Amino acid sequence: MSANIHIQAEDFDVSDEVEALTADQPTTGAVATFTGYVRGGDGLTALTLEHYPGMTEREIAHIAADAAKRWSLTGVTIIHRIGRLEVGERIVLVAVASAHRGAAFEACEFLMDYLKTRAPFWKQEERDGANDWVDAKETDDAAAERWRKP
Amino acid sequence: MNVLYFAWVRQKVGRSEETIEHTPELRTVSDLAALLRARGGGYAGAFTDMSRLRAAVNQVHVALDAPLSSGDEVAFFPPVTGG
Repeated sequence: MSANIHIQAEDFDVSDEVEALTADQPTTGAVATFTGYVRGGDGLTALTLEHYPGMTEREIAHIAADAAKRWSLTGVTIIHRIGRLEVGERIVLVAVASAHRGAAFEACEFLMDYLKTRAPFWKQEERDGANDWVDAKETDDAAAERWRKP
Repeated sequence: MNVLYFAWVRQKVGRSEETIEHTPELRTVSDLAALLRARGGGYAGAFTDMSRLRAAVNQVHVALDAPLSSGDEVAFFPPVTGG
């Protein structure tokens, strides 16, 4: 299984990505997708995402390879946007194809948990014209950690 | 060695990358951080509390006691916040 990994400023179309992921894959019986959006509601107007070119792609490929070892997958697409994104915009897509739903659901969650704690992205929040770096959350570390349990 | 800085580490030190010659005294990532901290100014601000920093060598996450060699790409950054 090869993973499609894209780091880009441009938006993506979820249904186009699912279409591409399932094309010519007759053994696929399930696709689980996760889409992350810029969440507003507390004065936040936009996020700016910075990343480490090279390491980002490498780290995500590593995470996808880990998922492919744990579950029987027929395809993975991971898209992460960078640059300035306003409230309501899509940030990230994880789409996982498998023969059955169990593997697709679990691998999708695993990929998101690891993406949040391993992939070198950093978010800056924009509120009232001021920019502040987002602190990492311990709950994200805990979410990734639970996959290490036997 | 090529040394890279990201997010608020980059802002504090005032640059995104620089070349630092590898010397025998620079055994680990921690030694490099100490050298940078000793420069004072924005570097001291960025490298004082090492619990707030993470590092990568040749684009792989490492602990601060990871060894360094000539030609390495070393990066310093805060804990990641993507997704």
